[in-house]
Amino acid sequence: MTAPNLPRPPAFTAGTIYNKGLMKARVYVSFKDTVLDPQGKTVCAALQGLGYEEITDVRQGKYFEISIRPGADPRRVEQRITEAAQDVLANPVIEDFRVVVEP
Amino acid sequence: MKFGVVVFPGSNCDHDAWYSISHNLGHKAEFVWHRETRLSDLDAVILPGGFSYGDYLRCGAIAKFSPVMSAVKDFAAAGGLVAGICNGFQILTECGLLPGALIRNRNLKFICRELPVAVETTDSSFTNAAVKGQVLRLPIAHGEGCYVADERTLDELEAEDRVAFRYLDNANGSQRAIAGILDARRNVLGMMPHPERATDPLMGSSDGLVVFESMVGALAERR
Repeated sequence: MTAPNLPRPPAFTAGTIYNKGLMKARVYVSFKDTVLDPQGKTVCAALQGLGYEEITDVRQGKYFEISIRPGADPRRVEQRITEAAQDVLANPVIEDFRVVVEP
Repeated sequence: MKFGVVVFPGSNCDHDAWYSISHNLGHKAEFVWHRETRLSDLDAVILPGGFSYGDYLRCGAIAKFSPVMSAVKDFAAAGGLVAGICNGFQILTECGLLPGALIRNRNLKFICRELPVAVETTDSSFTNAAVKGQVLRLPIAHGEGCYVADERTLDELEAEDRVAFRYLDNANGSQRAIAGILDARRNVLGMMPHPERATDPLMGSSDGLVVFESMVGALAERR
């Protein structure tokens, strides 16, 4: 059984049209290692059942793609988005997050 | 006594709570729209069950920014009684009034059925009319009701006698079978089971009434 050929999202390079002049912040949210992730476990079991015997664990998370007004200072943006992730996008009690700003 | 039942977009147990209080309990209840910034002359506040803001992002994550929640925080800080039921419990953990979090049920299913729930402490304004160890038959109806917190928090809750209710049938897989907890000052309760859906024999159980009766008793003592 081969892996399904899923369409890939377009890469974020300065040249792509829909990204023109836009700054993007990406926020990755995942459960802390100590928190059980039943969805990830189920996905893992399904994948293993499909023959992906090399997969040992799956942790499911959330991904936010945030558009930023052009001209913003990337360092300031990183600070602000980190704040937003802390307050809103992630629940620090159960989740970790990572912010990546792409100018 | 006058209870306020907060209504968020997506609340769906607000009328149940209102009915329980006004018809089964015989006290006054009024709805408080989530855009209110003040809670005038209320004796207690109920954050009802439902799917506030469609449960988008995380259950209760958007509701915590509703204008009314600042007022609820002030109300709680002043010692007012706040009970969050189901989605209300999720909102209380999201906004930090209660510790821990509620995540997807371990079996990944939305569970809607009646469960035996034990009263773990009677030292609270929400359980004083019950007997310690009393088993209440209360319905649960949630997909995200699995209570989690770090070990230190769980130990603290147990040591401070702040576990209000525990499942005897831990259907959602909550840590230490926790069904309801109190805040450190014991005037804020969060619970996943629905006492307001069990206040009339017609509903199949009236065991939930004891939660509201306890609140009325506690409030009467304060006066």
